[in-house]
Amino acid sequence: MTLRLSGVGYRYAGATRPSLLDIDLALPNGSVVGLVGASEAGKTTLCLVASGLAPRVVGGQVRGTISLDDEDVDAWPMHRLSQRIGIGFQNPATQLSQVASTVFEEVAFGPMNLGVDRSDVVDGTWAALGSLGIEDLAGRDPARLSGGQQQLVAMAGLLAMHPEHLVLDEPTAQLDPAGTRLVGAAISQLAADGVSILVTEQKTDLLAAIASSVVVLAEGRIALSGPTDEVLADPRLADLGVAEPAAVRLRRAATSAGVDTARLEAALRD
Amino acid sequence: MARSLRLTDPARIPANSPGRGIPDVIGRPGPSPFHRLNPLTKATLATTTAVAAVVLGGLVGPSILVGAAVIVPAAMAGVLRRLLVMAAILALPIALSAFLINLFFFPGGETVLLRIGPVAATAEGLGFAMEILARILAISGAITLFYLTTRPADLVVDLERRGVSPRAAFVINASVQTVPAMVERAGQITAAQRARGLDTEGSIWRRVRGIVPIVGPVILGSIAEVEERTMALEARGFSRPGRRTLLWSPGDSSREAVLRWAMVLALAALIVGRMSGAWQ
Repeated sequence: MTLRLSGVGYRYAGATRPSLLDIDLALPNGSVVGLVGASEAGKTTLCLVASGLAPRVVGGQVRGTISLDDEDVDAWPMHRLSQRIGIGFQNPATQLSQVASTVFEEVAFGPMNLGVDRSDVVDGTWAALGSLGIEDLAGRDPARLSGGQQQLVAMAGLLAMHPEHLVLDEPTAQLDPAGTRLVGAAISQLAADGVSILVTEQKTDLLAAIASSVVVLAEGRIALSGPTDEVLADPRLADLGVAEPAAVRLRRAATSAGVDTARLEAALRD
Repeated sequence: MARSLRLTDPARIPANSPGRGIPDVIGRPGPSPFHRLNPLTKATLATTTAVAAVVLGGLVGPSILVGAAVIVPAAMAGVLRRLLVMAAILALPIALSAFLINLFFFPGGETVLLRIGPVAATAEGLGFAMEILARILAISGAITLFYLTTRPADLVVDLERRGVSPRAAFVINASVQTVPAMVERAGQITAAQRARGLDTEGSIWRRVRGIVPIVGPVILGSIAEVEERTMALEARGFSRPGRRTLLWSPGDSSREAVLRWAMVLALAALIVGRMSGAWQ
């Protein structure tokens, strides 16, 4: 199962120039692809296009081909696509349905929309809550949760839909370190279970830990891409508006200070 | 197509999960027999009471309705005090203006009770104003009783169970739920603006001037969120045609169905009797 974007470009309705150009990207089973770039590089737009929301909901024009398992999804309606590709946004408040009076109903909202059998909805909802360690919130009012808790609830809502591909636009933007670790662990576990994930993140330390490859966007184009270690250690990263991971900065500082980098690498691995 | 996803596989439900059912708080029965009536029964009672108060007219009919369909059920449900306060707040602006206008400007009023400058309160105006007041109290009381004893989500789930489209049900529910969300947002924006020096206290003019920087962001912020909220809904299969799965639905009984039909038929008979002139 591979989500593939081939030569994809996208222009918002009314925009004078495209926001994405010549994007080639493949998300095979079990891969975690990190997406980084400066502000307005096109990260969120790429998430919208990859998930199918653009142009189906957002409008605008897409060029190129988006396929699932080599099948062009151009004619698929959004509700069909949403059963295969899940998307999470950075603002937790807008991801909540606003009609659920409990977290349990909020997480179950997606599977209920899809007409999944009731017992499967219930079991899947508990499992999704459990995977993020938030079963205790099941009976709480989603509107009364903190931003971080709401983000975890929104994530659980995506997991409950059992997507094959997941697009996450800065899922940890409002999370504390513990919440970030939970989301990171959930992403890694999902990937181990075969889900492919495209995740936009400012926290390159997190990407260094969970991503199998990283794509750097600049002005709507792919500026760098490749294995995580190589891309996140690329000296051009800072010029592209991306913060290097702490480990990379540490290595660089150690090298310039004449520290034994072999011993440092061993310590970092430990 | 393999759709298994072990992370969310039911077999991996943590041992400390509350269980495989839905949490107790969902669909928890209300505290009184009136609370536990089916939401549609309570909605029918509220609607027929409000319409009947208008159709009946006069002072006696609406007053009996207020007693029988509002006060007594509210007392049974244990919400009488809250109902009186809320219904009064809800009805006060319109009740006060309607009462004063009819009291002082009732056309054809001859028996003067009180004269204030060029206007006079008349006995005929007072009688008509009391009739209007009785209708307003019946309507506001019926609506308030429904609101105090029914969770919006319960009504929506019940309507969906009866075949109302999920989109219509969502619109009803979201409309009700949006009000507290906007009130909360207004509170946050007020606090933020005050922290930046906005003066929302003092003279009326200062308060009015202070409203603009609060109302603008509340409305614009809500509009700005619509697109992202729409996308989130679409990504969760909201536009899928067909019935949704329901986790639970409020109880109903044949006795309640008979009661609902009886209320509707009684209202229909009242309207027909009134329109045909058979009953004045």
